[in-house]
Amino acid sequence: MNKILVGLKRVVDANVRIQVKTDGSGVVTDGVKMAINPFDEIALEEALRIKDKGHATEIVVVGIGPDDVQQQLRTGLAMGADRAILVRADAAVEPLAAARILLKLVERESPSIVLLGKQGIDDDNNQTGQMLAALWDRPQATFASKVELADGVARVTREVDAGLETLDVDLPAVITTDLRLNEPRFVKLPDIMKAKKKPLDTLALDDLGVDATPQFSVLKFAPPASRTKGVLVKDVAGLVSVLRQKGVL
Amino acid sequence: MAKVLIIAEHAHGQLNPSTARSVTCASAMEGAQIDIAVFAADAAAVATQAAALQGVSQVLTVNHPANAEPLAAVLAPQVASLAKDYSHVLAPSTTFGKDLLPRVAALLGVGQLSDIMAVESLSRFRRPVYAGNAIITVEAPRDRTLVATVRIASFQAAEAGGNAMIEAVALDVPLPAHTRLVDRTAVRSDRPDLQTATRVVSGGRALASAENFSLIRSLADKLGAAIGASRAAVDAGYVPSDLQVGQTGKIIAPELYVAVGISGAIQHLTGIKDAGTIVAINKDPDAPIFEVADIGLVGDLFAILPELESTLAAA
Ligand SMILES: Cc1cc2nc3c(=O)[nH]c(=O)nc-3n(C[C@H](O)[C@H](O)[C@H](O)COP(=O)(O)OP(=O)(O)OC[C@H]3O[C@@H](n4cnc5c(N)ncnc54)[C@H](O)[C@@H]3O)c2cc1C
Ligand SMILES: Nc1ncnc2c1ncn2[C@@H]1O[C@H](COP(=O)(O)O)[C@@H](O)[C@H]1O
Repeated sequence: MNKILVGLKRVVDANVRIQVKTDGSGVVTDGVKMAINPFDEIALEEALRIKDKGHATEIVVVGIGPDDVQQQLRTGLAMGADRAILVRADAAVEPLAAARILLKLVERESPSIVLLGKQGIDDDNNQTGQMLAALWDRPQATFASKVELADGVARVTREVDAGLETLDVDLPAVITTDLRLNEPRFVKLPDIMKAKKKPLDTLALDDLGVDATPQFSVLKFAPPASRTKGVLVKDVAGLVSVLRQKGVL
Repeated sequence: MAKVLIIAEHAHGQLNPSTARSVTCASAMEGAQIDIAVFAADAAAVATQAAALQGVSQVLTVNHPANAEPLAAVLAPQVASLAKDYSHVLAPSTTFGKDLLPRVAALLGVGQLSDIMAVESLSRFRRPVYAGNAIITVEAPRDRTLVATVRIASFQAAEAGGNAMIEAVALDVPLPAHTRLVDRTAVRSDRPDLQTATRVVSGGRALASAENFSLIRSLADKLGAAIGASRAAVDAGYVPSDLQVGQTGKIIAPELYVAVGISGAIQHLTGIKDAGTIVAINKDPDAPIFEVADIGLVGDLFAILPELESTLAAA
């Protein structure tokens, strides 16, 4: 049995313009469109392709959060995942806690690969995969733009600041996805119907014995400093002259 | 008192400038004693550069053949063993630091703070979330080691002129063999580095082909600028991925940023918020890039860029 575990985080849709609440207690999420974290869609797509090539037999999607996360898990099932697990957590879960929860599931499911996004586009943490790999004492290949599997090894090309880097990691391993890894498929209506019959188990934090109490406290949310309104110039001559005035040329 | 350990980023015997910027972040912590750790097969050259940064007390070198390449799984247990003597462990929020530090934090059983943009106290920091559309103030527990990455666009590089002690340390830590470097295709060029350049010219989807990107290249040459790109331009294969600017690419703060044929999606804008002067060239007067641009020029880039170049050449 070669299983792949995929993390699906529920986040505010990437196209939403985020507004900070006036009292600084958070961002406005009421009535805002929610979606699967885009990097996690890429992770699931990659898992499906690995299964199509015969390197995996089962794909399990995992979401940690409130009941609403079921929506994203159902979408994941409609994309083609075989089974879903919801780990119920009503308060915000920090990456270390998410990694500890995922470790418990790894111990239960013994996957050969855990595929996660490189970052959640809400908190922009970019931590969970690396933390899980540390706790599990297994390799990590972050920011993947290509994954090839052979003989218990994943050859992963990574997008790093200086260019591309290729690693061989022994399986099992944690792989986190970058944007160029693939283009996720669209969900078709019949698949949404089929997904309703696929198994979705719900676990409580207590079932897993994980304490998810946050270590950090967020004191305040503020909007970013805004830039002052600029000028429009008519032509290239105008552009060059304003650049000179500003002393940047 | 804060004892801060910064993990040096380096390649080819050169200290990456992101390390000097991390030193400035650490210097903002009151009374901080700042040490830098250099992991390498032979750390001597990099250690000398690190020791010359103002504000640094000590440079620790950890020479080991396994440290020839910066593999997070190999470095993390070594960093974790050094971390015991420190209140804060920092690394730049580059792909190097992002890969390594969460692994270190998990080994220490502590959370990690990503992308510090401002220091309010030894335990209170500000960082961006939601692609920089919100800034949060975070309080870290004071009784544990704080592991954090530094948003390098928020800090100037520490100046040279220091003279820190250099000390070799031997660590008795088992290192894993499950991760092996196969290949690295660093795109090395004579052009300024995107992350530290004072001027950047970026192209977007509108360039429409890899060949047309030569327009961006030659303007960049005229300006002595680095090249950047939007995600759409990278996805379309016009330029390599290491040129992507934005939420999930590089966060930069050049003095001059020229965005050509880029619409200005929030994910792109978060990468340039700290730029000094933003110039936008776009044929759509309603493109969101004009909301942040200091100077906007509405028009067709294929007409504007050649004219701009010849005007600059004439001057
Ligand atoms: C999870 C996630 C992460 C992302 N991360 C990033 C990131 O890090 N960086 C990033 O850049 N994007 C990122 N994006 C993508 C982002 O949302 C936009 O899709 C992308 O920035 C658009 O690129 P663009 O401006 O080049 O293309 P477009 O939005 O298509 O804009 C092209 C612009 O060119 C103009 N134009 C066309 N022809 C001409 C001409 N002849 N002359 C002048 N102007 C012309 C048009 O008016 C238009 O404004 C991310 C998206 C997601 C979902
Ligand atoms: N609450 C969660 N539920 C499911 N997956 C998660 C959750 N939090 C983090 N992950 C996974 O970890 C990745 C990185 O998240 P982060 O470290 O928060 O940026 C995400 O892309 C997900 O794959």
